[in-house]
Parts: sequence; structure tokens; C-alpha cells
Amino acid sequence: MALTTQDIARVANLARLELRPDETERVLGQLNGFFKLVAQMEAVNTDGVEPLAHPAAILGEVALRLRDDAPNEPNQRDISQRSAPAVERGLFLVPKVIE
Amino acid sequence: MSTNLDLHDLGVFELAAKLAAGQVSSVEVTQHFLNRVKSEQLGAFLATDADVSLAHAKAADVRLAAGERTPLLGVPLAHKDVFVTRDFATTAGSNMLANYRSPFDATVVSKLAQAGMVSLGKLNCDEFAMGSGNENSAYFPAKNPWDTSRIPGGSSGGSAAAVAARLIPAATGTDTGGSIRQPASLTGITGIKPTYGRCSRFGMVAFASSLDQAGPMARSALDCALLLSAMAGPDLDRDSTSLDMPAVDYATDLIAASLSHHGDSAQKQPLKGLKIGLPKQFFGAGCAPDVLLAVRSALAEYEKLGVTLVEVDLPLTELSIPVYYVIAPAEASSNLSRFDGVRYGHRAANYTDLTDMYKKSRSEGFGDEATRRIMIGAYVLSHGYYDAYYLKAQKIRRLIAQDFQTAFTQCDIIAGPVSPTVAWKIGDKKADPVANYLADIYTLSSSLAGLPGMSVPAGFGEGGMPVGLQLIGNYFKEAQLLGAAHQFQMATDWHLRKPEGSV
Amino acid sequence: MSTTTSGLVQGYEVVIGFETHTQLTTQSKLFSRASTSFGAEPNTNASAVDFALPGALPVMNKGAVQRAIEFGLAVNGHIAESSVFARKNYFYPDLPKGYQISQFEIPVVQGGAVEFFLDGEKKTVRLVRAHLEEDAGKSLHEDKNLGAALGRGGMSGIDLNRAGTPLLEIVTEPDMRSTAEAVAYARELHKIVTWIGICDGNMQEGSFRCDANVSVRKPGEPLGTRREIKNLNSFKFMQQAMDYEVRWQIEQIEDGHAIQQATVLFDPDTGETRAMRSKEDAADYRYFPDPDLPPLMIGRDWVEKTRAEMSELPRVMAERFVADYGLPEYDAGQLTQSKATAAYFEAVAGASQQPKLASNWVMGELSKRLNAQDLDIEKSAVAATTLAAIISRISDGTISNAGARQVFELLWLGGELGQEELPATYVDKAIEDLGLKQISDAGELEKIIDDVLAANAKNVEEIRAGNTKAMNALVGQAMKATKGKANPAQVNELLKKKIG
Repeated sequence: MALTTQDIARVANLARLELRPDETERVLGQLNGFFKLVAQMEAVNTDGVEPLAHPAAILGEVALRLRDDAPNEPNQRDISQRSAPAVERGLFLVPKVIE
Repeated sequence: MSTNLDLHDLGVFELAAKLAAGQVSSVEVTQHFLNRVKSEQLGAFLATDADVSLAHAKAADVRLAAGERTPLLGVPLAHKDVFVTRDFATTAGSNMLANYRSPFDATVVSKLAQAGMVSLGKLNCDEFAMGSGNENSAYFPAKNPWDTSRIPGGSSGGSAAAVAARLIPAATGTDTGGSIRQPASLTGITGIKPTYGRCSRFGMVAFASSLDQAGPMARSALDCALLLSAMAGPDLDRDSTSLDMPAVDYATDLIAASLSHHGDSAQKQPLKGLKIGLPKQFFGAGCAPDVLLAVRSALAEYEKLGVTLVEVDLPLTELSIPVYYVIAPAEASSNLSRFDGVRYGHRAANYTDLTDMYKKSRSEGFGDEATRRIMIGAYVLSHGYYDAYYLKAQKIRRLIAQDFQTAFTQCDIIAGPVSPTVAWKIGDKKADPVANYLADIYTLSSSLAGLPGMSVPAGFGEGGMPVGLQLIGNYFKEAQLLGAAHQFQMATDWHLRKPEGSV
Repeated sequence: MSTTTSGLVQGYEVVIGFETHTQLTTQSKLFSRASTSFGAEPNTNASAVDFALPGALPVMNKGAVQRAIEFGLAVNGHIAESSVFARKNYFYPDLPKGYQISQFEIPVVQGGAVEFFLDGEKKTVRLVRAHLEEDAGKSLHEDKNLGAALGRGGMSGIDLNRAGTPLLEIVTEPDMRSTAEAVAYARELHKIVTWIGICDGNMQEGSFRCDANVSVRKPGEPLGTRREIKNLNSFKFMQQAMDYEVRWQIEQIEDGHAIQQATVLFDPDTGETRAMRSKEDAADYRYFPDPDLPPLMIGRDWVEKTRAEMSELPRVMAERFVADYGLPEYDAGQLTQSKATAAYFEAVAGASQQPKLASNWVMGELSKRLNAQDLDIEKSAVAATTLAAIISRISDGTISNAGARQVFELLWLGGELGQEELPATYVDKAIEDLGLKQISDAGELEKIIDDVLAANAKNVEEIRAGNTKAMNALVGQAMKATKGKANPAQVNELLKKKIG
């Protein structure tokens, strides 16, 4: 099942990317080439196989580590904002957010 | 400085010895390498700051003067630019992060600094570590010191080129689908990707979270062992996927082996009893003859050392390509969403509204490969496709990992080529991303399984270009891998060969 | 209409489901060590994780899991041995990572129910799930000058202090059939989460935010299309918003328009709901398990330890009040609105041995006083032991209810003068000072009655002639003569006897 330029447009919007028409065409070709490769996966029988989200899980159960509920972070605003494109009175500035 | 002309030919272990013996100061060593870095023509470095490096060196000299004797004290290195650093800008090879300054150091960076290593700066790489030729760097391609018309491999291409050219004795790299092993192989150096979770991912600009792993790149297994001992270890407070296993000293046994080796008491067959498995899928028609030749002669050398070679089966090896290229982009598409031009990074100069700002900033900030992978990732996770692609890939991933466990019932280490060919010409594969993906076939499966793997210089192929032998170990068997590589390097001198007129 | 507790609205059945975001009372954030304290300077309570700086990674807060377990036990839900954190991907300036870490396919609490009384009728609202997730930051638009310095006026400012704050999102089945029932559910849920202390319940600060999914249908028809009213953070607005929405939907349908699924906001000023500017791709969040976070494992031992350490739940306590004190279920429900009220009641009931009187007084006179002065029961001017002493004097016939109210009045205003003495002592002193002691001496009372009869011969005639009304007049006269200190029943007795 080949992708269409509509698919590319939909996904680009999802990912907040803006592709020029020529880019759209190129990416479309490349993705269709890629998904031919991906089609090989269909041949593999994975009935009853658990997905492996964390490599260590192959050795047995992995459990999320939990930390104590103790705040200890200094105020790092200034150093954290030194690479920010637009800051005013400690706020990150963005074009008006309309809800 | 005349006495130091050959300092750059020394590895980490020898330099540390000279420093410990007081024959040279860290400032002298650092200055010597800084001079070489300044005149480098390989595009290996993205950021340097002599003042910062010399300050590190002075601090190391103070510790040396105080009598401290730790294995890496005063020795220079440089970091792949995906490790965030306070002292140098961190770009991850992307325009998106041009001039980004992190308020903190990556755990790996601070651990090596605490060990006394001197940072000479940041090394070129493919944008967000996405690539196998370093041609996806937003700044400039790094070149292979063995033939500057060729790629050094990727994504840790700057690290590999710099170490191979003796610009630095060692470097950090990261490996998601082969990004330490493949450039090490293509530049004739030694590199190891430890078990997933051995090194903290805190402070690594994330590409694919369930695959990313840091590791050292140097000229010998011993030097890699010295660095890995300092880099690895639990980081329980900052990385939920960091393994809760104590740090290991990988170097001491290797040093002991060297000593007994130099004495007459050297065993004839130091690796007797070790079984190396050869997956038939790694030795098929897909691999270039010159690479196969080098790999087979290296394996013959191992037989002399007492190793038994057995054939093993990794039936899903070819599937590891689509599986990896579904999972890694999926995770990447999400990991790269934070680059939106709001809190840091590139923001477009002109835009109409918020959505337009997002789209223009991201499209301007990301290069072709990053864009391509974000598109693939967003698509395979999108409504109606998740099960067919992402979930299916994660299931096959388990089968691939299980196949390795089966293979390890028949052998201790799995061996084969790292890359199906030697380094290719810059530009040759740029137009064809899928061709690049296919070239990762021998490194992807062990990455998907989270197993440790390394590349060891094994000879030369077409055009006199280096060929690496890949060694894959079972979980947590880094010491065994490094030991086997060290024995090989005591019996061979491939890792000592240096490119002519590098720099 | 707003008070319909069930039944139909203009022939339509109302169907409501709730999603409530309760902010958990942890000190630090869900995945970072930054403080959760409210009202700090913009972006000063945010760490590298909350800013989503390159290289930062999430590390889970145990306190949030503890609170999720407590809630699960409080609503009899199943606490999952293994639950999974997933990434919900979308772009928004207050969402720094470009995804929210939430729980999707496998939430930490599964099922459960919330029970409450509405106009004496017992209601049960089933829960689908409760899952842990991180809150977003805030976009500020009030200041029109933001960005003027950069030559762009009217920009929005992003404050990430709230980003990463732990939330427990509690989702119900569409079980509610009236706006009143929905509000009652919200009040009961609010009671539970504050009672067990996992949420401070502060609705102004957004600690308890409700989204209502509202639809209407003709009885027996399939569910109608729902519209989601977001961020209802006061019970008053909740009622108004849902009432407006129900009316609006019915009008639309009556006018022949189909309801379009939408997310709407309630505007307290206009009293209307309006559709939000829809995020066009909101439908496709590309959920997938967060590779930075292994599954959350909760051992049975942890659950049982928590169960053992949890204080008595309001539901259980109410049942005990019915069983042990013989109170009506309504009383039991009212008295367990808060831990403090329940504790006050038990103190009064225990000391006075008059549970029903204690209940009447706590729900009546006392709460009237507290409400009038907007006081918490902990701040009551009359202590439980004092009220108990007053009630004892009612039960032993020393004073009438009316008299007791006067005593209460005095002690309330006097702030319990002479508190160094035992409550009983100064309650009795108050009774003396007010001269409220009832005449128990029959002889004294007979004498007064004789005088009354003598002075009202005419009435006596009428009564004998069968005019019962006149009897009341005499009782009134007698009470007047005793300055209300007589027991009216006793007076009635004597009068009847003497008139014959």
C-alpha cells in the first residue's frame, strides 16, 4: 500500500513540518521505497509474542524505579533560559495562544 | 615541546603512565593535542576552547602534584556533540541547536571529568546521531583520515576520524544502531557499545531512547577498557533505564594479561575454551569479498589463540533493518518534538501565527534525514498504523533478542563483519537513504537486543581502507569482549597502523 | 430545571460522564524534583526535566504512586500490578516536551465506584479508571504588552511552574442522569480525595478540575453525541454550565440541528458555553509506551500495607453511624462530609449519650452558626463537650429545646466564659443566669394554673361548650405566666384535668 501526497501532508502537519512541493515529492518517493522494505515484517508470525519495549525485559521483569517525594532543585531559570529565543519577565514568549 | 613530538602516537594507557611518572604535564599534553586539533583538516571538531581545556589540564596537574594516581588523570579526550556540556556549545550536529548552551553536563561527561580527563571540545556527528557517514551533519562532513575523499562512518564520525588521525587519544561516542562500531571499523580504531543501560543516558540528546547507548572509542581495547570503567555505572537518580549494577574495573585484568604476555610465561593459547559463534547470515553474499577476507583471517588468528569457531543461526538478521527503522524513527519523532523554537533552539524569523512558527522553525532547523525520520516515525505511530508497524516491530524485536539467547547457548561471543563494505566515497549514498539503511545490517540486531558489541581493527580491504571485526557479547559481558579483543591486539598490530600524513 | 434530580427534561434524558483532574498533594513533581508549591515567580519551580532541556530524563515520584493506591482503595477499584506510562504526542506551547506522559492502555487504577445520596436516594457512579499523568504549564495572555519590547505586542507568555505536577485523572462511566446528580457526584468525589488527603481540593487554584461530557437523548434511544465542557472549577459554575448545555442541546435538536462533538468552555460572565478553537489534529495523539520509563510495578504487599494504614473512609464511617448510633442514612451522610464534622459529632454523641439529638444540633443550630460566620467546625465557639452538656440538660428535662437554643446563643457569643470550669458547670450557670430551669414542682405549677383558670372563666365556659381553640389560649396564658419555664405538655395535662 503506497503513500500518497495527502498522507505526506497529513503526517507533516502532525509533526509540525512544512515541506516544499519538491520536498514532498522526494520524501514521498523515499518513504514508499522504505515501506517496501518494511513490508517484509508482514511475513513474520508474531502471534502470542509480547512486544519488547525495554531490552532488559528479555532477562525478566523490569520495574520502574521510584524516588522519594523530596523536592531539591534550585531555581535554575536564568541559566535554563540563556538559549531561549524570546523571554520577558521570566516568561517564554510565543505568538498569541488562542483557545 | 620537541620531546613531545610523538605524544600523539601514545594511547591513553601510555599517556597516563607518562603523566603519572611526571615525565610530562597534563598542560603540555593538552597543548600538544590542541595544536594538532587547531590545524586539523578532517572536519572532526565542531567546538574547541583552548582556555577551558587548559584549565582542565591545570586542575589535573594539581591533582597529579598532590600525588593522586588514577588511570585517566590528565589525559585528553573529546566528546561527541550529542553529549550536553556546560563548557562547550552542544549542537548534536543540527542547525536546530546552533550555539545551544546546556546548564548541565551529561553524566558520562562529568564522570570522565571527575576521573581527571581533559576535554578538548566537541566532535562532529550526523544530525541527532542519524546517519552512517557523517554526511548528515548540518555543519560539514567529517572525512576519513585514511582517504579524505571517503566518509569516516557515522554517526560518531568525528570521534572516529579524530582518534584515527591522532588528534586525540580517545573520544566518547554513542551507538543507537551501530554508530560507535561502524565508524570505528571504517577508520581502523577500537570502539565498544556496552549493554543497554550500562552508561547513563542523562545528558545525551535523545535519538531513540530504547536503543541509545554511550561508549568509548580509542585505538586499543585496553584504552577503551580504561574509559568504560569510568563512564559506566548506575545513575539511578537521573535515568530510569540506567542499570542498577555496580561500576566495573575492565582494565586491571587486561593490564595483567599484557604483563604476563611480555614475560616468557605467555600462554600459547590464552583463549582456549572460548567459543566464538559465526552467524551464517553475517557471512552471506551481502558482504563485500575484501571485508569477508579480512574478517576470516582475523578469525583464523583467533583460532591460533585457542578459540573454537562454531556456526550459529540468527534467522531474523535481515528483518532487523525494517524493525529498527520503524522503532528508532518512531521514538525519534517524539524525542525531537521538544525542538519547537519556544524554550531554546532555532526559531524562524518570520511566521504568521503559532502553528506557522512551529512549522517554519522545525523545517528550517532540521536537515533532510532528521525530517525523513520524523515523518516515518509520526506515520508509523499515527492512527490506524500503530499495530501494523510499531507494535509488529516491537514483537519481532523480541524474537530477534530471543534468537541471540539461543545462539549464546552454543557460544560465548558472536563474531562477524561490522559493515558490509569499507568506507565509501563522500556523496555516493547521499541520494539513496535506503541504501544507507541496508549497510547497517550487521549492527542493528544486537542494538535491538540491547547487547554489548565492539569493533576491533582486523586488517584492510579495497583501497587500503580499514576493516573491523565485530564482537557481540551476551548481556553484561563487556569484560569478556574487551579481554578477547585485547588478546587479539597483543597478537596483531592492525590497531597500531596509522594513516599516512593524517591531519 | 437545574434542580431536576432525575427524570426527563422536556422529554429528553440527560446523560453525563465526568473526567476529573485532581492535583496530588506531593511536594515534588511527577517526574522531576522541582517543587509543586503554588504561586512562585514564573519558571522558578521548573527543572531541566520540566523545561524539557536536551538530555533531561524523567524519574518517577513514589509519593504520587502512593496516592494513586490510596484512591484506588477508597473507591474499591483494582490497583494494577503493572501499569504503563505512554506518550501523548501533540504540540502546544505549555507542553514543553511536545508530548504529555500519561497512562493510556493500562492505567494504575481500574474500575471502582463512587456512592452518594441525592434527595434521600442512593446513587452509584461507576468509575472506568484513574490514571497518573503530568500537568501542563500555563499560557498567559492577559498582559497585552507582552513582547512589545521585541516589536510584537500581544504575545503569550509561557510559565512552566505547573508543568509536570502530578495529576490523577478520574474517569466515570456515563452514569449520571441529571445535572444535579452530576454535581452531587463531583461533591462526593471532592469529599473522598480531600478526606484521604491525596488532593487539597482547592478549586480556585485548579487542584480539582472537572470536565463534563454532556449529551441528551429521547428515552430508549442510543447515546446522543456528547460535548465536553472543560475546566469546571466551581460547583456553582458546574451546575450553571451543564444546565445551559443541556438546554442548548435540546434546543438544537428541537430546531432540527444535529449535535457536533466538540470541546466547549463555560463563560461565567455570559453564563454560556462556547466551542473551543479545535486543535485540528487533536484526534491523533500517536500514543506509544514511553521508552524512558519501564512499567510501574505495584506489589500486593504495598497495597495491603496502604490499606492497613488508611483511616476510616466516609462511606464506612457513615454505615457505622447508622449501625452504632441508629442515625438515619441522611444524617450519617451529612455528618461525614468532613473528618472534622464527624469527629465533632462523635465527641458530642459520646459525651451526651444522645446521638440523634447530637446529630440534630450539629446539622442544625451549630452548622447554621458556622455557615453564618463562614467558620470551619474546628473554629466553633462552642466546644463539643459544651454542646454535649447542653444536650444532657435537654434530655434530663432541665431545659426545653427553646431554652437550650438560648443557652447555646449565650455561650456562642460569650465565647464560653469561665472555661476553666467543667462544661457542665458553666452550662448550668448559663441556665441559671437565663432563668430557664423548667418548673418541675407540680404544686407550684398547679397554683399558677388555678390562677389562670380563675382569671379566664369565660374561656373555661367555651371549652366546656366544646370550643377546643380556647384551650390553646389557656395554655398560652399558663406558659406566659411561667415565663416559658413550664413543660407545655404538663400544662396541657393539668388544664384538662382541672376543667374536667
